[in-house]
Amino acid sequence: MVDYQFLIEVLIGGLLSGVMYSLVAIGFVLIYKTSGVLNFAQGAMLLFAALTFVSLVERGAPFAAALVATLVIMVGLGITIERTVLRPLVNQPPITLFMATLGLSYVIEAAAQLLWGTQVHGLDIGISDTPFELAGVLISRFDLFAAAVAGALVTVFALFFRYTRTGLSFRAVADDQFAALAVGLRLPRVWAAVWTVAGIVALVGGLLWGARLGVQFSLSLVVLKALPVLVLGGFDSIAGAIVGGLLIGAIEKLAEVYVGPFFGGGIEAWAAYVVALALLLIRPSGLYGQKPVERV
Amino acid sequence: MSMLRRLKMTMGAALAVSLASTLAVHADEQFFPLQSYRVGPYAAGGTGFFGGFIDYLNLVNIRDGGINGVKLTWDEGETQYEVERGIEVYERLKSHPGIAAWNPLSVGIAYAMIDRITKDRVPLITINHGRTDSTDGRVFPYVFPLLLNPYSETSGIVNYIASREGGPDKLKGKKIVVLYHGSPYGKETIPIYKLLADKYAFSLEQIEVPHPGNEQQSQWLSIRRAKPDYVVLRGWGVMNPVALKTAQKVGFPADHIIGNVWSNSEEDVIPAGDAAKGYVAITTQASGSEYPVLQEVIKTVYGANKGNLEDKKRIGSVYHNLGIVNGILNVEAVRIAQAKFGKRTLTGDEVRWGFEHLQLDPARVEALGAKGLFHSINVTWDNHEGDGRVTFQQWDGSKWKVVSDWIAPDWAFLRPIIERSSTAYAKEHGIKVRTSGDDPVSQ
Repeated sequence: MVDYQFLIEVLIGGLLSGVMYSLVAIGFVLIYKTSGVLNFAQGAMLLFAALTFVSLVERGAPFAAALVATLVIMVGLGITIERTVLRPLVNQPPITLFMATLGLSYVIEAAAQLLWGTQVHGLDIGISDTPFELAGVLISRFDLFAAAVAGALVTVFALFFRYTRTGLSFRAVADDQFAALAVGLRLPRVWAAVWTVAGIVALVGGLLWGARLGVQFSLSLVVLKALPVLVLGGFDSIAGAIVGGLLIGAIEKLAEVYVGPFFGGGIEAWAAYVVALALLLIRPSGLYGQKPVERV
Repeated sequence: MSMLRRLKMTMGAALAVSLASTLAVHADEQFFPLQSYRVGPYAAGGTGFFGGFIDYLNLVNIRDGGINGVKLTWDEGETQYEVERGIEVYERLKSHPGIAAWNPLSVGIAYAMIDRITKDRVPLITINHGRTDSTDGRVFPYVFPLLLNPYSETSGIVNYIASREGGPDKLKGKKIVVLYHGSPYGKETIPIYKLLADKYAFSLEQIEVPHPGNEQQSQWLSIRRAKPDYVVLRGWGVMNPVALKTAQKVGFPADHIIGNVWSNSEEDVIPAGDAAKGYVAITTQASGSEYPVLQEVIKTVYGANKGNLEDKKRIGSVYHNLGIVNGILNVEAVRIAQAKFGKRTLTGDEVRWGFEHLQLDPARVEALGAKGLFHSINVTWDNHEGDGRVTFQQWDGSKWKVVSDWIAPDWAFLRPIIERSSTAYAKEHGIKVRTSGDDPVSQ
């Protein structure tokens, strides 16, 4: 007999985990949407942000000052990456740009360890991780907070894209780079702004994931959680990143609990990819991704 | 004397002096090649362990002038804990004269080295880890899983839980969940937990966490539903703090989670914050710097600015102390071998003999300044683990505190299982099983 209360608990846990995956996926989407680059260094940027923040706090910086300083550093990092790596590679094939970000991820990881050391750190952002019970179902306060942050982030992005001049430029570039260029938009400036925003998203994701896992090298591995989310939701849709995250989170938890025992357990990592691959066969651009249309 | 003749004589003398000094350097040195990992995902453990090992070698050099006058030297090669890099370092350093032993502190690298070190006749030390059946020195003459193999660890944990419950008979009807890392390392103890569950009649559930273990919500919800009395955490890296944090999320008490030997360091608990308070883990070496040998390291090595740890606060941490103990065991094996073969640079085979006679009783451990740091070791030609005792430590939020006596695993129960596995390995690889310590080793 199905224990419905347990089923709901697993489902809620999965959805809340999925929100955390979405936080990483949004960083990918922002850059892919505007420049067509799949930024594999997003995980390394997340590690760099969290490690910088926690190292500043441990060296005596107040929380707010460390946050602002890290924000400035991440903005600087984003602009530097755009200027020194991506701008010189403009018009190169996508695989070249992808390989550049892959190399970049190693450089950022090494730089993070070189600057701040190899030790692991605890990160307390003041949100308790003790659960509360709602109708017999345990819910994590921290996960709820993370969901609220993700919600706020998406709302801010929606308003930014709709009502600000820079946001409109982002959308124009995302729609058609050549048309955007033709009407006078400065692509390098837009890309620099996008990398800056991606740096900010990395900081938010880094703090939340760092508080969850501890700040350590394996933070950069959370990109692996974002990839099936992107395949499912679409690489160029923020809404897709959110919906994809929720779906992947729920599917992997339900699969682990209810299907895992038939395979000896430990299936959630690849179950998410199975679902993503299956969808890829049906909808290659994901649930919300833009279908490429070519004039022939 | 002609100018040419004088030049020839001068050159000849210079060459002779140079050769003699070169030979003298090698004659008085014992070399430790170190496949260390100071960058990458496991750098925190690597810097601690290799830091401790080097600190102890430095202590012996500075304080005693080496082992009976034989200087200890070493060279490091970065592996980032990757097998192919570990082998690359092996190939690069293996021709260095006077290699005492290899100490990779990596299951993957150690596995990949077994055939190589057996061919090259140099000991491979896998303290607290490695193949369980390499305990059987009859089949694995050059491999030494010193102090603790995975099966002994399993038995030690079950014995500790029994002691908390009031005796082995009280295990009957209890429920234990083993949460293991989804890797060959994590899976190695699955059969032995089953055997021990049958022996003590406790109920057992073993749950896998996929690598790297940064998401465990579903596993811990299953644990919550199973309502176990204890959870054994057989983790690695990020899996450990995530397990403790997720346990807190589902309301499972930390003091009923028992960590294995790779879930017992400061790096495993600090990221978990308050969720780790009360968590208990097995260890072969206590943490802390109050032991005389650690005090000597601080005074003599760090006092001379030759300490290997950048952050002195890490002196006495779990990995640093493991490195110190590893240093003690390596140095004493060389010392024991020197007593038989002479106070000179030894060959790998001679050092192997030293390891096979590495018997340090509590009195000798005390004389080495390590009383309380570790208990004792009794390696023989056919028992390469050496019957190490284990103890359990509890995290109080800022440091580990020992909460048990030294506990002996059930070696008599484990030995036949180990021999079955090693004998099968010998058959498969055409290895002649030794029948005494004097038997020549097969390659």
